[in-house]
Amino acid sequence: MIELVSAERCIQCNLCVKVCPTNVFDKTEGGVPVIKRQEDCQTCFICEAYCPVDALYVSPFTDEAVQVDEEELAAKGILGSWRETIGWGPGRQKLAALDQTPFIDRILPPRPVRAAGISDVKVQTS
Amino acid sequence: MSKHKNVSLTADVLVIGGGPAGAWAAWSAANEGAKVVLVDKGYLGSSGATAPGGTNLLYLPPDKELREAAVQARLKSGGYLAEAEWIHRVLDQVYINLELVEQWGYPFVRDESGTPMRDHLQGPEYMALMRKVVKRAGVKIVDQAPALELLVDEHGVGGARGVLRQEDGEWEVRANAVVIATGGCAFLSKGLGCNVLTGDGYLMASELGAELSGMEFTRRYAPSPAYSSNTRSRLLGWATYYDKDGNPLNGQRNGDFLATKLLEGPVYAIMNKADTPEKQAILRKSHAIFFLPYDRAGIDVFTEPFPLTLRYEGTVRGTGGIRIVNEQCATTVNGLYVAGDAATRERITGAASGGGAFNASWAICSGTWSGKGAAEYARTQSLGAGERNLRPGGKYGLRKEEQRAEQSASVDTRELVKAIQDEVLPLDINYFRTEAGLTESLGRLNELWPKVNEQTPQTSTERVQAREAAAMAATARWMYTAALARKESRGAGLHVLAEYPETDPNQQYRLLVSGLESIVTRPESAAHPAVAAVANDTAAVQSAVKEVQAG
Repeated sequence: MIELVSAERCIQCNLCVKVCPTNVFDKTEGGVPVIKRQEDCQTCFICEAYCPVDALYVSPFTDEAVQVDEEELAAKGILGSWRETIGWGPGRQKLAALDQTPFIDRILPPRPVRAAGISDVKVQTS
Repeated sequence: MSKHKNVSLTADVLVIGGGPAGAWAAWSAANEGAKVVLVDKGYLGSSGATAPGGTNLLYLPPDKELREAAVQARLKSGGYLAEAEWIHRVLDQVYINLELVEQWGYPFVRDESGTPMRDHLQGPEYMALMRKVVKRAGVKIVDQAPALELLVDEHGVGGARGVLRQEDGEWEVRANAVVIATGGCAFLSKGLGCNVLTGDGYLMASELGAELSGMEFTRRYAPSPAYSSNTRSRLLGWATYYDKDGNPLNGQRNGDFLATKLLEGPVYAIMNKADTPEKQAILRKSHAIFFLPYDRAGIDVFTEPFPLTLRYEGTVRGTGGIRIVNEQCATTVNGLYVAGDAATRERITGAASGGGAFNASWAICSGTWSGKGAAEYARTQSLGAGERNLRPGGKYGLRKEEQRAEQSASVDTRELVKAIQDEVLPLDINYFRTEAGLTESLGRLNELWPKVNEQTPQTSTERVQAREAAAMAATARWMYTAALARKESRGAGLHVLAEYPETDPNQQYRLLVSGLESIVTRPESAAHPAVAAVANDTAAVQSAVKEVQAG
C-alpha cells in the first residue's frame, strides 16, 4: 500500500492524485497531497512511475500498513527505483526498448514447467 | 476538497472504461469521424489490469500454416467453443494494430534478424502511448469519472451518467451509441491493477436487458506473493516450490497442484532455476514488476524462499462477459457495444483462459471493431441524443429516492463486499467446485442480493463503492448459476464440477445467463460443425434450457 508522500520532495503537481486508479489521494489547499483512502490502494505502484520527483513510496504489503523511514528509503535508493526500472525520466532508456520478454524462452529451465498451470497461457503452435 | 462541479456533454459515441479496450474503441470511433467522449473510473493510462505490468499478445506473423496450427490448437484446448473464423479475425486485426503501435512510437525490441518482437507490451509505456493517441484523435477524456448507470429510452441506450469523484460532482453524457469497456470482475482480490474491475459494465448492461455468456468459465486464480499484489507469474517457471519445512515439492506443477498444496499448508518458491547472473539479468528485464514486491521486502528471489498464494481473477483471466451478437461486438441492446474483458471472449478463447495473450489481443481488436460499429450506428440515428427523452436505467446499489424512503436499517458496504468475497474467493468453494458447494453458496448470495439496495451511500466515493458491491453480487450469482447449469467439465480447467468430471458432447454450446432478480440460462450454439449437430437436435437444446429462480 501507499505509505509515503514526501513533503520534502513533493512539488505539489498533484499528478499522483490525477493518475491513481483507485483514488487514494486527496489534494490539499496549498500543500502536498494526503493519503486519504489508504485501504483502497491496490498496490499497483503506478503512482510511483508517474511521480516526477520520486516522492512516493508504495510498500509491497497489500493488506497491512507498515511504518516507513523516508531517510532510509532514500539512502537505499528505493525512492524512485520503480520509475528508474521502467526507464521513465530524463536521460533514461525505456524498459520497453530493452524488453527481454520475447527471448526468455531461450533460457527456460531444462525441464520446462509451466508456472502452476494457472498462469499465463502461451500460444501453442504445435 | 474541491467544490462541486457538474459536467454535461453530448457526443456520438460514449466509451466507458479507459483500459486498452476502451482506448482502442475511442480511437477507432474517432477515426470514423465520430465525436467521442471517454470516461474512466480512474485515469486512462494507469487504469486496469494491463497498465501496471505488462502483457503478452496473441500475435503471429501472416504465415498461413503457423496461424492455422495455432487456431486448431486453441479450438481444441478451448473445448470447441471458440470459432476459427474469429481467431483468424483477431490474428489479422492485431497484426495491423501493432504495426500502428510501433509507428506511433512504441519501441519494440528486435531479434538478431531485425524482426520486431511485437508479442509483448510493457504496460505503463503502452497505456501512456494510448492516452496520447486517443487525445490526438480528438477524444474528450474525462478521468476519475466512474459511471453509475446507463441512460435509456424506447430506442435503446442513449448515454450514461456518473460521478466526478474528486470534485464531488456529477457527469452526464448523452450519446446514441455506447461502448462498455469496463473490464471484467476480480472481486477486489488485489491482483495487479485489478481492483478497478468490479463488473460495473455487466450490471449496467444487464439492467438494460443485455445477456452474459460464459460466466461459468471463471475458475481462475493466479499465483502471487502471499503478502503482495503481483499476479504476473510467468517467471515462476524458473522457481522450485517448497513446503514449510523446505522440502521441494516435486512433480508436474500443472492443473490443481498449487491450489491443492496451499490447502495443505504454506508454499514457498525460490527462483533457483535462473542459476546464472546472465539468466537473472534477462528475467529482470522482462517482467520487471515481478521482482518489485520481493526486492522491496528484502528478499533475494534467486536464493531465498518467498511465500505464495493464489489470488482470484474472476472474469479477468476467465473468459465470460457480456454476450456479443455480431462482428462489431454489438449486444442485444440497441446502440450498446462491448469491448475487452467486459465482453465474452469465448469466440476466440473457448473454455480456456484468455489470460496472458488472448485477452490483450482481444482488447485491441474488439475495441477497434466496437468503436467502428458504434460510430456507424450513431451516424444512422436521425434523432440526436440531446433530443431524446432519456431516463436513467440503473436499479441496484444506487441511492434512489424511492428506495431511501422505505429503508429502515442501513447495510454497510464494506461488510456486504466482504460477504460476497467470502463466497467467491475461497479455493474450496470456487476452485474445487462441487454441485453441493456451489448450490449452497448461490443460496447465500441470493440472500445477500436484496441488501444491495439497503446501502445508504452519501459521498461520491461511497456511491461508487455501493454500485460496485451490487455489480459484484450480481456477477457472483451469474457465475454460480452458469456453473451449476453446465453439468460437465470442459476446456482447460476454467470450469470443473466434481460430480461431472467428464466432457459431455451434448453440452458443447455456450451458456447464456440473463436477469437480475431471477436469472435465466439458455444455450447458444458455437458456430462449429460439431456443434451444429447438437443445436439441430431440438430435444437436446430444450432439455438444456432451464430457469433458475433466485432468492
